[in-house]
Amino acid sequence: MTTAGSASSSPAPGKPLWLLAELTYRCPLQCPYCSNPLDFARYKDELDTADWIRVLREARKMGAAQLGFSGGEPLLRPDLEELIAEARQLGYYTNLITSGVGMDEARIKAFKTAGLDHIQVSFQASDEALNNYLGGTDSFRHKYEMARLLKKYEYPMVLNIVIHRQNIDQMDDILRMTVDLEADYVELASTQYYGWSKLNEAALLPTREQLQRAEASARDYQARMKGKMKIIYVVPDYYENRPKACMNGWGAIFLTIAPDGSALPCHAARQLPGLTFPNVREHSVEWIWNDSPAFQRYRGDDWMKEPCRSCPDKHKDFGGCRCQAFMLTGDACNADPVCDKSPHHAALVAQVDAITSRPLPSSTEKPLVFRNTRNSKALSEA
Amino acid sequence: MPEPLSLDSTPKLSAMFRLQWEEAQNCHVLLYPEGMVKLSGSAGEILKRVDGQTSVSGIVDGLKAQFPGVPLDADVLKFLEVAHDNGWLRFV
Repeated sequence: MTTAGSASSSPAPGKPLWLLAELTYRCPLQCPYCSNPLDFARYKDELDTADWIRVLREARKMGAAQLGFSGGEPLLRPDLEELIAEARQLGYYTNLITSGVGMDEARIKAFKTAGLDHIQVSFQASDEALNNYLGGTDSFRHKYEMARLLKKYEYPMVLNIVIHRQNIDQMDDILRMTVDLEADYVELASTQYYGWSKLNEAALLPTREQLQRAEASARDYQARMKGKMKIIYVVPDYYENRPKACMNGWGAIFLTIAPDGSALPCHAARQLPGLTFPNVREHSVEWIWNDSPAFQRYRGDDWMKEPCRSCPDKHKDFGGCRCQAFMLTGDACNADPVCDKSPHHAALVAQVDAITSRPLPSSTEKPLVFRNTRNSKALSEA
Repeated sequence: MPEPLSLDSTPKLSAMFRLQWEEAQNCHVLLYPEGMVKLSGSAGEILKRVDGQTSVSGIVDGLKAQFPGVPLDADVLKFLEVAHDNGWLRFV
């Protein structure tokens, strides 16, 4: 993906291989670590079916091959079947990323007819009460039933469970559940601390000891299920010494279209200051990807400062995550402080230690801030 | 235990994978949940013939007809073994 040599200032952009279509920010769940922006309630004006079809066609022409229908809860869009059919006919590999709430057997069949390739269902926990508490919805039994039906209709099925301090000690139970449901892939995705989860960090960030136990349990199941079920455990990057290759580089392969038509190099990018994100209502996908200032801002390595600029790994991890660099250091051009070469790394380690050495705050002392319209409105006004 | 791979085996793509010609990449690709494998020319030619009905020897015959004079048997078997190890296909 990268050009050789260090003099490359503005490399020719690659192809937007991965198109994430966030069809709506509306969601029946209220997970306190939701990846939608805190002020999602501001964006009510969703793209219509014709807009989406134009975006799908334009991105496919640019080389997009993977398409994720996401949200919010994409099942809330009554045109989902139509969009899947169009996408499949264009040649996309179509992924539906859902909570399962709003699904039933008739829709599962209709998606199959439309050509849907794969469904990813989220669980909040393997314990019914905890799952329903975290999601703010009595959804556990329905999810279970839907996952069974997906296997009946022979979909490849990914189960996604976001892992944090409240459910990490149940790793064995969680994995037992995924085996019972015959998942093909299991994504154990540690909470990433942006937006909602940053607000709830004290209640979500696991301790190092919890993490070690959970990793041992995941490794055990990985060995046991080899060749039958693939288990991917992404540990919290706050405990790493090198940053994640966030989005595989800014504007390198990922293109997110938000419900209002804003085009983003990653779904969290709206929090970065000084950027105006182009909208598909006003611009073509081609212009957005190749020419818009926002997509060029952190593409390549010209924007990098030290220690990234002279780092031999700069084309491997791209200096980590721009949003995390901004949140933790105040400057998005800095190295992601997860990297131990960053002068801000020690402060991050101290912060993580301070949070995890305190007992889990009780729900009365520091209640979880759930992701819902009321909280979003209050936070948008603040 | 998996059967040893032979010229009589019949490969079939796993349900998780879809093979297609990708114009933008100028090659065949295997698509699967949230991922894509770009295939070399020869890998694409072999997998194109994997339909769950044609045996390995049938695949080799097809390739020989299209690319006369190229020695194939060992290479095809080796590739199919790798593809099987990667979970791209199974033998029916």
